[in-house]
Parts: sequence; C-alpha cells; structure tokens
Amino acid sequence: MSDLEDVFRREAGRCTATLIRILGDVDLAEDAVADAFVVAAEKWQATGIPPNPGGWITTTARNRAIDRLRRESTRTDHYIAAHRLSADMDYEQHPEQFELDEFVEVVPDDLLRLMFLCCHPSLGADAQVALTLRLVGGLSTPEIARAFLVPEATMAQRIVRAKRKLRDNRAPYRIPSAGHLPERLGPVLAAIYLVFTEGHTATASAELICLDLSEEAIRLGRVLVELMPDEPEAVGLLAMMLLSDARRPARIAPDGSMIRLSDQDRTLWNRELITEGHRLVRACLRRNQPGQFQIQAAIAAVHADAATAGLTDWAQLVALYDQLYTFRPNAVVAMNRAIAVGEHLGAAAGLGALDEIEAGLLDDYQPFHAARADLLARTGLTDEAITAYARAIELTDNPTERRFLLRQRDRLVG
Amino acid sequence: MALYLLSVWHEDDYVVDFNGEDMQRIVAQVDTFNNDLQSAEAFVFAGGLHPAASATVVRASGDDVSMTDGPFAESKEQMGGFWVIEASDLDAALDWARRGAAACEGPVEVRPFESE
Repeated sequence: MSDLEDVFRREAGRCTATLIRILGDVDLAEDAVADAFVVAAEKWQATGIPPNPGGWITTTARNRAIDRLRRESTRTDHYIAAHRLSADMDYEQHPEQFELDEFVEVVPDDLLRLMFLCCHPSLGADAQVALTLRLVGGLSTPEIARAFLVPEATMAQRIVRAKRKLRDNRAPYRIPSAGHLPERLGPVLAAIYLVFTEGHTATASAELICLDLSEEAIRLGRVLVELMPDEPEAVGLLAMMLLSDARRPARIAPDGSMIRLSDQDRTLWNRELITEGHRLVRACLRRNQPGQFQIQAAIAAVHADAATAGLTDWAQLVALYDQLYTFRPNAVVAMNRAIAVGEHLGAAAGLGALDEIEAGLLDDYQPFHAARADLLARTGLTDEAITAYARAIELTDNPTERRFLLRQRDRLVG
Repeated sequence: MALYLLSVWHEDDYVVDFNGEDMQRIVAQVDTFNNDLQSAEAFVFAGGLHPAASATVVRASGDDVSMTDGPFAESKEQMGGFWVIEASDLDAALDWARRGAAACEGPVEVRPFESE
C-alpha cells in the first residue's frame, strides 16, 4: 500500500465525519473528501505528506466544497441549510464553520456521530454494515460488494438508498443521549461483529478467511473503543475479535482446508493479540457490567489460555455459555453450550444437552449438524453420525468447510 | 423542524367496537397521547378512519373519470388512522411513534413529508 493510500484508509472516515457536520450532507462530504485527496495526491508528491494529513484533507475539502457551493448558488447558506441532516447545527450556533480561513479541527466525536448515523436503527442490518464500511471505513463500493459477494450494482443501490433514507428522514447527526445510548450502541456493535464474522468465514468463498473484513472489523472496533473507552461491551467486542483473530494463522492447513480448534497447532497463535485480548477481558471483568460480547471474549480467552486442547477448562466454558444464554437465549448459544458439555462431561451428556434444544430450530444450520455428527460418532452411533454429516455437507456452501466435513464423514465410512 | 406522517396499521377485517373494553382503553390511551403531542406543540393533525371497505378509488384521465369500490391497495393490511406531527428530526419522530404505537396497541409507520 502506498503512503497516500495508507493515509486515505486511516483518515477518510474521520475527514468525512467532520465534513458531514460542516456541510450537513453525506454526499457533499464524500465528494469533497474525494476531491481533496486528488489535490493531495498532486501536492504531496512535491511537498511530502504534511504532519497533520487529516487536518489538511479536511480543511481542503471544506474550502473546496464551500467554494463550489458559492459558485453554484448565490444563496449558499440557504443551500447548505436546506441540505442539512439535522437542524441542531445552525449557522447561528456555529458560525466558525463558515470561516474559510480557519483550520478545521478534526473532532473525535464526529466519527462517533458518523458511526451512530450509519447504524441508525431505522436502517436494516445489511444497510448499516454497508454504510459503516463505506463512510467510516473508507472502503469503495466495489470493495464492499466483493467482500460480501454481491453484485456491485446491488451494493451501490443499498448504499444510495440508505443515504437517501437518512437524508429524507432528517436523521440527526449527533451522539445519542445517555438514555438512548444502550439501544443505539447495540446496532453499532452488531454491525462491526457482522463485518468480523463475515471476514471470519466468508460464505461460499474459496478462501476460508477473507483477510480484509476481519482486519477492517478490528480497525472499526479499535476506533469505537478509542471513542467510548468506558463502554464495556465495546471493549468486550474488540477483545473477542482479537482473541479469535489470534487463532487465524492456525486455522488453515497448507492445502487450504479448515483446521478445527481442537486440532490446531497452538504455537502458531498470535501471542501479541492474545496478550492484548486478555488485558481487555481483565479490564472488563473489573467493571463487572457483563454483556454478551464480554462473555464471548471470556470464552475466547479460556481457549487461548489452554496450551493444548486437552488442557481446556471446559467446566469454565460451560459456566460462561450458561451466562451467555441469559443474555442471548437462543438455540445457537444452547448448541455451543452443548458442545462444551460434551467435552466437559462426555459425548453422551453433550448429545443430551443438544437434544434439549427445541426440535426444528436449527434444522437448516450447518454447524448444528456438524456438532451433532461429531457427538454421535464419539458415542458410537456411527450410522446416525454419517446421516448427520450428510445433512451438514448438504447445508454448507463454503468449499473449505465442505472438504473438512467430507473427510470427517469418510473416516466413519472407511 | 420537519413533518412526519405516523400511520396506524391493522388487518383489513379489523372491527372497531367502541363499546368494547379494549377499544375504550385504547381510546383513553390515544387521548392522553394526543394531549401530550399538543402540549409539546408537535401535534398538526390526527384522525381515525372508517374501515378500508368504505373507500372509493377515483381515476382521472383527461375528461374520463372512473371509480372503483374499495381501497387502492389490495392488501391484508390497511391504514386505520394517522397523525401528522412536527418534530426536530427522525429520532424525535421515532420517539413519538413509539409512544403512539403503545397508545393504539398497533404498529405505527413513520414517513417523512417532503420539505417545501
């Protein structure tokens, strides 16, 4: 990555966030930031990258945008006012934003405003994720489309519609009040988590790990923690992502196939990420305000603690899944709990816990059939295990996962 | 400030019985909600509608006028009433919608008016 690209990826979100506040319009802000990067590409070749590239880009973008508005309209203020997302950013209240010579300060809160705007609860999860990657992450629409394996036109339309909805509805550009924060933070965390899980197992992708999205999610997670250091769930989400990502080097065999957690070479795990993840988990524990992401981080931390799969503290994991179930009482959590029970108390107990899950809820869920097949095989119910593997294989559209499941099944058949 | 339409939706075979216990409770709740809208100077207009079967659709093409019996949308869900409110932004409108939905015990759709 060139220096300029590097600056772009690091600064685009912050610059766009500040420009949206100043210009009151997402599209104007995006165009202005893109313009400013074109200017920068020319200018910085001669002068080198300035000490505060974000401030330079933001100021240039602001000046260019306002210049253009003045050329295009004699009633600039009216034009700007008409395009404002929110009425609480008036010219009267913030006249300094219209002083062209003033150096624009990049306010960290702007990026937080932008995160809350992108994850506005009036938008669907798909739109929230796409908008967050585009505006906060600074990714291009084709990049996002490729990562999510949807046609570029579909992704472009998704983003345009979301932006239009926010504008037509006058979605406010501000950090939600304390009273609304818990319900508004949820979608932000969920969007980042979705980006991460999509990167973790890119569905139908030949490469099991789609590098960019996991890294992007961690980058977004770091930004969120930097902006909201006192939100234990934000810290928990980051810790969980770091601890899962630490296992990435051990997850894929040289032939591209997936390696289960229990079979991974743990010396390949990224110790640096594990150390950071552990530190964050401990910080969460001290706050004693548990939530689903913190518990998931603690689960990942227990795995990271075990030098070998055999040394895993399964009793602790069963307890953590029990606690997670109180926050997320759903069948997938119950399934993961059953897997932990299967390790802690034996395959028969695990099968028993799996059978307690309401029948039918996970019929179309591949990991359920894979887990059930494994427990059945270990209990000696080979025929039933083969049937369960067949169902799991039928349900997976990820080639790497399919190879793994076929190998497991063939071991039983042979 | 911006205008928003808050519409209330229900099944098309919904029967309103104003003497029923449920309806009396809902009417009281909606009255309170309307008063709250008025004291906050958010109230513009509101009303409940007769059942969708009472509707007539009129089409005009030049001098030709045709009419059809019943609502335009052949849908199981129909609009039963609405509020037009004035709010500073979407979040404020959504807060009103939440209270409106609780008052009328049914889903409320929020839709912004075009400005000017």
